[in-house]
Amino acid sequence: MTNHHRSEISLHVNGVTHRLGVDNRTTLLDTLRENLGHTGPKKGCDHGQCGACTVLLDGRRVVSCLTLAVAAEGAEVTTVEGLAGDGELLPLQQAFIRFDGFQCGYCTSGQLCSAVGMLAEHAAGWPSSVTADVSPDGPTPVLDAAEVRERMSGNLCRCGAYPSIVRAVLETEAAG
Amino acid sequence: MNAVGVAQPRIEGPAKVTGAARYAADVPIEGLAFGAVVLATVTRGRIRDIDVDAVRNMPGVLGVIDHRNAPRLNPKAGGFFGPDGQLQLLQDEMIPFAGRPVALVVAETLEQAQAAAHVLPVTYDEEPHDTNFTADHPAGRPAMTIFDEPVDVGDVEAELAASSVVVEERYRTPEEYHSAMEPHSATVWWDGERLEAIDSNQGPFVIAATLATLFSLSLEKVRIRTEHVGGGFGSKGLCGPQLILAAMAAHRFGRPVRVTLTRTQVFLTTAMRPATDQLIRIGADADGRLRAIWHEPAFEISPLVEYIEGCTELTKTLYAARAIRTRLTAVPLDILPPYSMRGPGAAPGSFALESAMDELAERLGIDPLELRLRNEPAAGPVSGLPFSSRNLVECLREGAHRFGWGTRDHRPRLRREGSLLVGTGLAATSFSAGAFPSSATITAEADGTFTVAIGATDLGTGARTALTAIAADALEAGTERIRLRISDSDLGPAWSAGGSRGTTSWAWAITEAAEKLRGQEWRGTVTIDTTQSLGGLPGRERHAYSAVFAEVTADPATGEVRVRRLLGMFAVGRVVNPLLARSQVIGGMIGGLSMALHEEGVRDPVSGRHVNADFAGYHIAAHADVPDIEADFVPDHEPGIPVGVKGAGEIGNVGTAAAIANAVWHATGVRQRSLPIRLDRVLE
Repeated sequence: MTNHHRSEISLHVNGVTHRLGVDNRTTLLDTLRENLGHTGPKKGCDHGQCGACTVLLDGRRVVSCLTLAVAAEGAEVTTVEGLAGDGELLPLQQAFIRFDGFQCGYCTSGQLCSAVGMLAEHAAGWPSSVTADVSPDGPTPVLDAAEVRERMSGNLCRCGAYPSIVRAVLETEAAG
Repeated sequence: MNAVGVAQPRIEGPAKVTGAARYAADVPIEGLAFGAVVLATVTRGRIRDIDVDAVRNMPGVLGVIDHRNAPRLNPKAGGFFGPDGQLQLLQDEMIPFAGRPVALVVAETLEQAQAAAHVLPVTYDEEPHDTNFTADHPAGRPAMTIFDEPVDVGDVEAELAASSVVVEERYRTPEEYHSAMEPHSATVWWDGERLEAIDSNQGPFVIAATLATLFSLSLEKVRIRTEHVGGGFGSKGLCGPQLILAAMAAHRFGRPVRVTLTRTQVFLTTAMRPATDQLIRIGADADGRLRAIWHEPAFEISPLVEYIEGCTELTKTLYAARAIRTRLTAVPLDILPPYSMRGPGAAPGSFALESAMDELAERLGIDPLELRLRNEPAAGPVSGLPFSSRNLVECLREGAHRFGWGTRDHRPRLRREGSLLVGTGLAATSFSAGAFPSSATITAEADGTFTVAIGATDLGTGARTALTAIAADALEAGTERIRLRISDSDLGPAWSAGGSRGTTSWAWAITEAAEKLRGQEWRGTVTIDTTQSLGGLPGRERHAYSAVFAEVTADPATGEVRVRRLLGMFAVGRVVNPLLARSQVIGGMIGGLSMALHEEGVRDPVSGRHVNADFAGYHIAAHADVPDIEADFVPDHEPGIPVGVKGAGEIGNVGTAAAIANAVWHATGVRQRSLPIRLDRVLE
């Protein structure tokens, strides 16, 4: 195959830099899963409709199935495998276990990464579509159940773990 | 000692929150090739040509398998409903439904396989099709009768004629899709003469047996493993196209091949709940005593394979009535073969029955709760058999108490909050309980642990955690001494995770094996099979029960319905693990909410094709649709089944749609007899 179909890129994933050649068509999701062995991010739809592939790109949540690997070059990619680093589980991960915030677990990687990104968005003062006051100088919205549900709605769960996920997120947030 | 009954987080929890749990498409395999499936784009016809030469030289392409070069499959292969024509992939040029696989393109990488599959030219000679389901379709005929057979007890016509009030209405439910988050995936390789597979399914032994028959292999030549499964809800109960096609390709190309369906392919070529159209007539005396229930559902099937959407199973057991008549009609159409979806039969059936009961309560001027309490049967209304245990009344009373039902004004359209109309509704329900034969092996290890091996699988049900607790109690050991092995067809015959009979079937086998090991003073190895002891189970009406209460708001200006409260009380036998069981029934209720408000497979009447085959078009409930749901259990015990369990996998789905539809009526005064309760059906 000629060179314009492939690119040499550097990907920084969970603190490790990988130098690799990728087919330009390859999504970040497939690169993580098929080339780098990070099968934590899941392919639920490959269309950005389910959120199972959510990872953090420089701390912001993205659906990795709609992100080309070549477009992620230079960014810091965090997958579910990297959330806890080498240490103990994040309080959010522990809360997911304690409140049973998953059943089959297939959407869980995405729910967790999405929740981490969402909490950062909220901490930065971002409103959501259920935020009452969205004026630029409005107060930071209180992160109640309605806010969490709205902000997490890009992550589908067919087992129906939503109430437990919301509880786990709120509990984690309250514990600071 | 008692591990059963204690709330414990899932054993595999740490693996699932760190991404370490491996699902079928996650397992690394050396030398893997990828298969991409090509589906038929016409609804009925014949393949004229597949131009393999057009893709043969594309980068990385190893080859294409189609009906001209695929291995011949055994037409006798099938499952619960007999020989299954849906399994006969790539055997001829016939197209029985849009979405039927017509080819598998195999290449070195996923991108190469997908690129070639996208451009593979397939031409068809189209034939006229019929996908237009109606209850009075001329092709309709009686459904097969291996269960939910027609009944006719008492004189239905005379009882209806003598009734003070008769409700006669039709209720309709659309095609619905299981939509497990994990798309079906299989990785297959040949280890010498032995076919090895990692596959997402609901029961590796049953699937291995089907695959062995299909490829005319002896059972010991097939091994299927299924460590973590990303949900099934019925759709992974069958030997899936991913597995059959990967097996063909692994043989052809002499290397491991992975076939993972795309989301759209999961919609188009795995399974669905069939559309139903149900005529119900219920007659009652003025005091609410039922005289007659006459329930006649029709549902769609494919000529490829039989299927029963057993909508009338509840009708035969839920309420006392002097006369009960049921008859199921199957309408063969050129559609994807339907298959059990969470709460099969009962979910659409209870929508009809429990909506009709609510209409009856309205016309009688009786509290819908009271109407149900007045028609509590002493024995099976059709079978005459005693109930093994029946705690529906407890569910209704406790649920009503917690929900605050007692203060409800039963007249509709009285509560307003600003522009919103507010209403409440309830439904009662049951789901049959039982067990199927399974085997189990327990070995007392030298280090004091027990290895418990059973061909169970954990789709997210919590089976791994529940069976560990059950084994611990049966072996009089702590859970830390139990090493559970599941998810492997080599572990012996076992029922699948399906029919709400996983835990009952597996608990039975583990308990029986443990008893035998006790007889050996906890030494050595025992293997048992429960086929014989299951035969000794006395004939009883054996069901789980629930009562579901819903509060909704309806916006007459937009048609939007939102569920504000949902409460379920359940009698599901002994609860093995309250934390996980609560999650399971809440998950079921969310499935029911989704059925009530969102889910609808839409077919283009001209092409016959399913037009919303992805998550942008086929809506399932998302976080923002779901309130904090209350669910709890009343004390219950199944005397015939070891551990006293009944199964909790499906009953959560059942009843919820009717409770919500009844609440929408209470809010708006308008009956919702067709699901889903779309905006246009509520808009004023």
